[in-house]
Amino acid sequence: MERRRAAQDLLPHLILWGGIAIVAFPIYMTFVASSLTQEDILAGMPLLPGPHLVANYREALFRGVVATSGISVLRMLWNSLVMALIIAVGKIFISLLSAYAVVFFRFPLRMTVFWMIFVTLMLPVEVRIVPTYQVVAELGMIDSMAGLTIPLIASATATLLFRQFFLTIPDELVEAAKIDGAGPLRFLVDTVVPLSRTNLAALFVILFIYGWNQFLWPLLITNSPKMTTIVIGLTQMIGLGEGRTDWDIVMATTLLAMLPPALIVLLMQRWFVKGLVESEK
Amino acid sequence: MGEVTLRAVRKSYGATEVVHGVSCDIADGELVVIVGPSGCGKSTLLRMVAGLEEITAGEILIGGKVVNAVEPKDRDIAMVFQNYALYPHMTVRDNMAYGLKIRRLARAEVEARVRRAAGILQIEALLDRKPRQLSGGQRQRVAMGRAIVRDPQVFLFDEPLSNLDAQLRVQMRVEIRRLQQSLGTTSIYVTHDQVEAMTLADRLIVMRGGVAEQIGPPLLLYERPATVFVAAFIGSPAMNLLPAVASEDAVVLAGGARLPLPAGLAADRPVTLGIRPEHLVAGDGPATIEVRVELAEMLGADTILHGRLGDGSLLQARLPGAERAQPGERMRLAVDPRQLHVFDRESGKRI
Repeated sequence: MERRRAAQDLLPHLILWGGIAIVAFPIYMTFVASSLTQEDILAGMPLLPGPHLVANYREALFRGVVATSGISVLRMLWNSLVMALIIAVGKIFISLLSAYAVVFFRFPLRMTVFWMIFVTLMLPVEVRIVPTYQVVAELGMIDSMAGLTIPLIASATATLLFRQFFLTIPDELVEAAKIDGAGPLRFLVDTVVPLSRTNLAALFVILFIYGWNQFLWPLLITNSPKMTTIVIGLTQMIGLGEGRTDWDIVMATTLLAMLPPALIVLLMQRWFVKGLVESEK
Repeated sequence: MGEVTLRAVRKSYGATEVVHGVSCDIADGELVVIVGPSGCGKSTLLRMVAGLEEITAGEILIGGKVVNAVEPKDRDIAMVFQNYALYPHMTVRDNMAYGLKIRRLARAEVEARVRRAAGILQIEALLDRKPRQLSGGQRQRVAMGRAIVRDPQVFLFDEPLSNLDAQLRVQMRVEIRRLQQSLGTTSIYVTHDQVEAMTLADRLIVMRGGVAEQIGPPLLLYERPATVFVAAFIGSPAMNLLPAVASEDAVVLAGGARLPLPAGLAADRPVTLGIRPEHLVAGDGPATIEVRVELAEMLGADTILHGRLGDGSLLQARLPGAERAQPGERMRLAVDPRQLHVFDRESGKRI
């Protein structure tokens, strides 16, 4: 009986391990490459890490490379972090408030407003990127953190998600709060937000990664090297044509760029599960 | 100080009127139960008192003040909801203290009030739990605790026992009554369960289709129902209602049985005759009806007899448990003429 169990478990495990290997191998190769010198990489890559790990990372983090006009990766990581945080927090804040208004208040054209928000879902950023650029340029927000983040903050998806969740909050709870004397803002802060914490955690993870991985918009809106985000910086490092590419540094930077989103996922996951276990309907 | 007055209160949603002018004076400390089938407007009426629904026309007074335009939180009321409406993320203590904290009571006072209410309801041991860790009955107590700590002028109960199982409902019913009497707080209680209504109420408001059919103490409604609807709604098993024609000193049933009446009536008037099942006894009397037994439910203490009259209409009788009857058997049932209820067939009003 036991032996048959083990045999039955073997195949799924093999498939899973195979999957993990396929997903993890490129990351492992990136790690290996980041521990070698440029010459080692070009001479044909070994499968085991080399001795230059610390040196490569130090160079990437603090010195910067010619391709990025001498801006260090540390600065780029900082830019990306600020941008992603502003976008994630801003999106959550705005969509929480708009969903709250649409669900809990009765005002003229309520459904029209909701559908207008909903319709913007159907327009990807790329479609409206030229007019948006013009608006931002005329407001003088080119090359600023505000120009980088504000146009990306409005979020139909998050509004929709919050709306769906808010609709599950029973009317009696709203009424009990009314009788207890909690005003709309108080009800939002004391009841709606604590009840939404699972959704908040999930959305924060998704939106942070969304912000972190922004490419097209930062590429358009930032000119000064000081505003370069890590994703843009990474592409600049890979030289085109004659430009020399320091593959060891590029690989180190790649891993560094992956680190913050991975950390956010790991950290928030604990919350997330806690929220899921504790939540009740 | 805790009296509530309804003056021709109406409620419409757009063009549809759902409450058609209800008036009632509720004295301080009284427990009034609003009872009726679903959709009769009883919850709407309660919610108007709470301030959760706007009042289309008429006036509601709490403690002598018109509250039509007053916010729920300023009406000095507390409400217990059917699904308890506890804040799921707060502990029992925080649930009970929330309203007081918003009112900026001193922390010591809040704690003292929560302790006292928890003591009354015997939920001290649960104060640090979250609502999901409680059973239905315990949640119900917490919901009541939340109302008690506020020490309001009026308690409003919106079918508070509907989500409990039958046994717990009976137990909580008794407790609510005892609690209300010891606190002496004016209460309005909505239910669709007529047994709950009868046992709890100082006075009943029986509603149908947005109209208060009758307002009065439970026993008065049982003994002298004003309309056919109240007659059928109050009492279990329900009153037998039979089509009949009045002559000067008697009513003649459609099946031909003639029952004498204590007071005279205009002749040849079409009426509905009401006989409570528990007022029928086996045997002969001044007013006797013959039925063919269809079914006898032996409940031990009682036997509920389902019989058919000559014209095919049904008659239920609640007889002592010792009474035996076989299906198909013919049986004579007698009733005291003073316990007959006669209603006008057209209007359904008591004559």
